[in-house]
Amino acid sequence: MTNNLTPEESRQKLDKIFSDLTRSLKIKDELARFWIFILAMFTIVGLWGWMHQMRIGLGITGMRDYVSWGMYIGNFVFFVAVSLIGLLISSILHLLKFDWGQPISRVAETVAIAAIALAGLVIVMDMGRPDRFLNIFLHGRFASPIVWDVTVITTYVTISALLFFIPLIPDVAMLRDRLGDDVPILQKKLYAILSLGWKGNARQFEIVTHTVRILLVLIIPVGLSIHTVTSWLFASTLRAGWDSTIFGPYFVTGAFVAGSAAVILVMYVYRLRYDLDEYFTNKSFDMMGKLLVLMCLVYFYFNINEFLVPGYKMRLAEGVHLRELFTGRWSTLFWVVQIFGVIIPILLPLLRYFRRPLPLTLIAFLTLVASWFKRFIIVVPTLEHPYLPIQNVPENFVHYSPTAPEIMITLLPFFASAIIITMLAKLFPVITIWEYAEKQGIDKKYLLEEPEK
Amino acid sequence: MDNHNTRRNFLKTAGLALGCLGLAMPERVFGSGGKVLDADGDTITLLTPGGQLVKVEKSKLKPAEMPSLTENQKRGREGLPNRSWVMVIDLSKCRNARKCMAACQAHHQLRPEQHHMNTLQMQDAEHTAPYYMPKNCMHCDNPPCTKVCPVNATFKRSDGIVLIDNERCIGCRFCIAACPYSARVFNWFEPRDAEKYKDVTYNIEANVPQKKGTISKCLFSADLLRVGKLPSCVSACPNGVYWFGDQNEDAVTNGTTKETTSFSKLIRDNAGYTLMKELGTKPRVYYLPPKNRAFPFEGEIQKHE
Ligand code: SF4
Ligand code: SF4
Repeated sequence: MTNNLTPEESRQKLDKIFSDLTRSLKIKDELARFWIFILAMFTIVGLWGWMHQMRIGLGITGMRDYVSWGMYIGNFVFFVAVSLIGLLISSILHLLKFDWGQPISRVAETVAIAAIALAGLVIVMDMGRPDRFLNIFLHGRFASPIVWDVTVITTYVTISALLFFIPLIPDVAMLRDRLGDDVPILQKKLYAILSLGWKGNARQFEIVTHTVRILLVLIIPVGLSIHTVTSWLFASTLRAGWDSTIFGPYFVTGAFVAGSAAVILVMYVYRLRYDLDEYFTNKSFDMMGKLLVLMCLVYFYFNINEFLVPGYKMRLAEGVHLRELFTGRWSTLFWVVQIFGVIIPILLPLLRYFRRPLPLTLIAFLTLVASWFKRFIIVVPTLEHPYLPIQNVPENFVHYSPTAPEIMITLLPFFASAIIITMLAKLFPVITIWEYAEKQGIDKKYLLEEPEK
Repeated sequence: MDNHNTRRNFLKTAGLALGCLGLAMPERVFGSGGKVLDADGDTITLLTPGGQLVKVEKSKLKPAEMPSLTENQKRGREGLPNRSWVMVIDLSKCRNARKCMAACQAHHQLRPEQHHMNTLQMQDAEHTAPYYMPKNCMHCDNPPCTKVCPVNATFKRSDGIVLIDNERCIGCRFCIAACPYSARVFNWFEPRDAEKYKDVTYNIEANVPQKKGTISKCLFSADLLRVGKLPSCVSACPNGVYWFGDQNEDAVTNGTTKETTSFSKLIRDNAGYTLMKELGTKPRVYYLPPKNRAFPFEGEIQKHE
């Protein structure tokens, strides 16, 4: 970047960036209030469903002794998957010095935090005895993949939160110093506390950059572990359809697909809602479109491996499972998911037209929905076909179909994560201001100057 | 051989232990348990449920109280010393009487759709003959289910039994996913007799009273083994399907005829096998093939697709 802006230009430019990026904080936003209200209502309905489930038992769901994991576990895998995008965009793209990823990295971290926090909740909702959650720590048995999962997810939550917070400190300091009466006094107090007495000297910036760099490296193995271990919840069993050696990378690439789609969606909403066309540019969407294609191609490759090889052999139990997927009871869902979750996001964004914001967002939305059902179809059909016949049990033990309260509870984390994302956008700038300003050639020394009124 | 001797001793001790229990808490432990017939001086005469009269020194009698929950959980984890329980299921004898299933459900307070013991109608390939196959937990020596449990709520004991601690289980159902034999059931609702037994101390060796939101499965009636009785299903079978015993003694007893024989010989002479041995789970439940069946297969073979 050129560094030859005059002080005057620098100040003006910074003022504009600041006021653009804090628009989401200042705007008197009736719509957002209404939006949060609606989300909160649905969340409460979901919570009520959960209460009901705790009172009556997990029997209010469609799960029974054979299909003993259902939508909840699919949901859990989905949320863990989406959260992995934080790793891809803010870490890998950053370390590889892909500049276009910079304005998106806070979006990615926001999505990651919301998703992983909710994934934790989802897994508790699936427990028969949530009241005994602490047993995992009291009696934890290290041979169990669940214990590994709890360990890595907790680590991932911590690192993601730090990765969100630390680059935020200089921004919060700017908010503290620059925002006038546009925001409530309480909110200003919050900024004052969160800025941790930031003064903006070179030493402090050095610490921030340094810490962030360490975290960016640390999050790679941790992030890969969360999803690999999650895939092992399935791959460590002897069941046909789960007993696979490529589940780790298969899940990780699938996660990048789902996460990219989620980030595109959130980006589009920010751009539209807060007039950020100059920040989430057409180029950002273009690049995200290409990233989506790349991830889907890799995912496609793993899908071929996962289905073609056992499909060629058609061993007894696996044959039954695959036949159900390809032509049987699950075939419609299976093919729709493969087409919308893998094929379409490869083919369409190859064309420049479909990498423009709106078309890409629509594709991303479809991909995201398909990703959810993909998780569902990984969990359920396998359980419907154990090695020994299912006999002497009522009909609803044989085939799984989710119940209404179960669906309500499954939707809860979607509403809750939308609330988290909205709240974060209302509290903090959606792009890291100081990094962005620096990229525009504005020297750090202007950051904490009082703006001219 | 001296196997038989040990066996007889085993049964005797069994009756004795039961008698003592009966004395201490007649109605709570075994409703129809042993009876005190006569007490004189230092000995006491007891009638065992098997109809045998035994004399016991009074000083040898111990009050048979239900141990406290923690103690029960602790001793339940250890297993009976020097035992290695095995079950042999003779498929040539099974006529789908389902007395085992009923006895099991009664013993473990199960709902009608919950089976620790489930008699399946099997057909191995398209043109092979169908047969009935009682199937319970295989008490695998390399159990996939205990490996995955995050809280060590399901575990393998030294006597070979795989048990569940319903006071510790968090209900994640990972063990159901891991068990290839579909042996495990879950309490999706409040258990059958929850109200009736809400004050009874939990017994880890029978999984009773059942607990909502936790796992249950066949336990080889570990509570009965402790008092020297055969598992509920084994004694309930009218057709001589079940043999049960101790591999260390190489002796198994038939639940119907009460005949005791050599485990290894039974397996050798009848080409005994285990289910899905290719999975490497090493079951402790053996099957004798359904050849020369005593009863013809009646009814339709159910398809589960
Ligand atoms: S049969 Fe299933 S539940 Fe029983 S020990 Fe084997 S894996 Fe565990
Ligand atoms: S359901 Fe209970 S016994 Fe089974 S793995 Fe989970 S905690 Fe262990």
